Amino acid sequence: MPLIGWLLTLLLLVLHQDWWQWENDTLFLGFLPAGLAWHMGISLAAAAMWAWIVWFRWPAELDEEVVVTGQKGAES
Amino acid sequence: MIEPRDAIARLIIICIYLTVLVLVGLAANRFGRGTRRDYLLASNSVGPFMLLLCLFGTTMTAFAMVGSSGEAYQRGIGIYGLMASSSGILHSFCVFLIGTRLWKLGQRHGYTTQIQFFQDRLQCREIGWLLFPVLVGLVIPYLLIGVIGAGAAIQAMTAGAFPDNAWFHSDLPSMNGGVPPWMGTLAICLVVLAYVFLGGMRGTTWANAAQTLLFVVLGLVTFYMLAMKIGGGDNLVESMQNATGKVDSKLLSRSEMSKISFLSYLLIPLSMGMFPHLFQHWLTARSAKSFRLSIVLHPLFIMLVWMPCIYIGIWGTVLDLPEGIRSNPNSVLPYLVQSELSPIIAGLLTAGILAAIMSSLDSQVLCVGTMFATDLVGATGAGRRLSDGTQIWVARIFVVVVMAATWGLSMALMGNRSVFALGVWCFSGFAALFPLVFAALYWRRLTAAGAVSAVLTMAGSWIFLFRESGWGANSGYTVKLQLPTVQLSLDPVVVIFVATAFSMVATSLMTRAPAADHLARFFPEKKKH
Repeated sequence: MPLIGWLLTLLLLVLHQDWWQWENDTLFLGFLPAGLAWHMGISLAAAAMWAWIVWFRWPAELDEEVVVTGQKGAES
Repeated sequence: MIEPRDAIARLIIICIYLTVLVLVGLAANRFGRGTRRDYLLASNSVGPFMLLLCLFGTTMTAFAMVGSSGEAYQRGIGIYGLMASSSGILHSFCVFLIGTRLWKLGQRHGYTTQIQFFQDRLQCREIGWLLFPVLVGLVIPYLLIGVIGAGAAIQAMTAGAFPDNAWFHSDLPSMNGGVPPWMGTLAICLVVLAYVFLGGMRGTTWANAAQTLLFVVLGLVTFYMLAMKIGGGDNLVESMQNATGKVDSKLLSRSEMSKISFLSYLLIPLSMGMFPHLFQHWLTARSAKSFRLSIVLHPLFIMLVWMPCIYIGIWGTVLDLPEGIRSNPNSVLPYLVQSELSPIIAGLLTAGILAAIMSSLDSQVLCVGTMFATDLVGATGAGRRLSDGTQIWVARIFVVVVMAATWGLSMALMGNRSVFALGVWCFSGFAALFPLVFAALYWRRLTAAGAVSAVLTMAGSWIFLFRESGWGANSGYTVKLQLPTVQLSLDPVVVIFVATAFSMVATSLMTRAPAADHLARFFPEKKKH
């Protein structure tokens, strides 16, 4: 994974901890609790981050043709 | 009072659903190529969409629907962050970093099971004898939880169908007349057995994909209908506002939740990297690109399933539920569906709950059967000389044995709640082994002695802490760590994870590094483009 991928993952994991709004019980639009809204945002951000990584930072070696070396693993 | 007619309608829908699954197995059997690789890995033919549905369905157990709403009923919206959004980040992380690499190595070296990979990477056949009981020991409780949960769900949803029939009698008035657990679990085991036995990985993949779509869609339909019923508004938003507005503010925040525990739960989703049944699914992919859709959409699928269940759980607190339901939060969702919605919808949702359970159960059964056939029988000289057709039959026989043993054990342990507590401990065990699979793929210095040390440390610390928790009886058990100024209460997974990683690194560094030519098979030079 590229360095930027590691950094973005780490950033999301830090944001996931949202200790600053631990006791926030505000309801957005009258039905969406602030904590739930934040974490749904984390889910959306995770999907966006992975979309960016797989489309723009996909490791080229994964798509290289597989050279089969036999069944050594299966026989060990 | 439950109308027998309604309960029978629900039972008929469940029966139709189970019959369809058997037909899926039959269809998959007709498409099978008769080779061992086709039966165990579907000839590596699974494309992006099917892989997405399979990986998601296998990862989501009954807990995703029934347990999440029950936990939200008790602890509020924080459950989403604790288990869902963290999984959204880290499950995709595991698929990207572990799944794609193992797929590549599996294609290159011809693996069928996780143990074969470790044996080859570590040049140590004996590690199989150590890993096998540990992996199977951690998977079996999952099988049990699924089977027991399915039996309980069928009984709850069909309660009242045959109130005067002695076969359907229950001492619990709310369950009387429902399909008894022994019968429900037997039906589930036979259906899973049928499509795994007949269709192998292809049948499992098709059934998994169909079941995943079913429980995602039915979860959303149930959410909409319950919102309208509980909120009573003219539209969905108004109904959600009405229902959520009545919820206790404590459940709308995380004021009752431990911050340290919330942090340490980040380790749990890493268990995905070490699930042996997911290893087998990863190997079925047609190409590395097939993983892309799973990596991107997995967090969104988790949100689609968990968000409705979290809402249903907190809305349950504004209703006047019977004492029997309040004391058993896992029954909140089935109770609300049964009491608030039509028998048809209730029957369909039961099918959805069973789908979530069976989409994990089938992969686990096939995986344990494959490990028996490949890592035990296949490890012997006679086993290696077996023809493809004979090896398929060996795997099938073990699938039957595993399913029969699971059903027998589920009968022995029915009603024993510590089985469910064991589930969390098993997640912790797999999560603690994550450093091992990560190091095997990305750390050249990992040695066989380091891996053995890691597995022994995981098993030893796991058993020690599990015993300290009263064999799971104390569900809130934590390890106290006294620092100079503060005492930390750590979840057991943190301690087991750190101990395992430390022993693996320390032992590897103290022993001789693997030969460079051997490592070249696993860490090929990157081509310059």
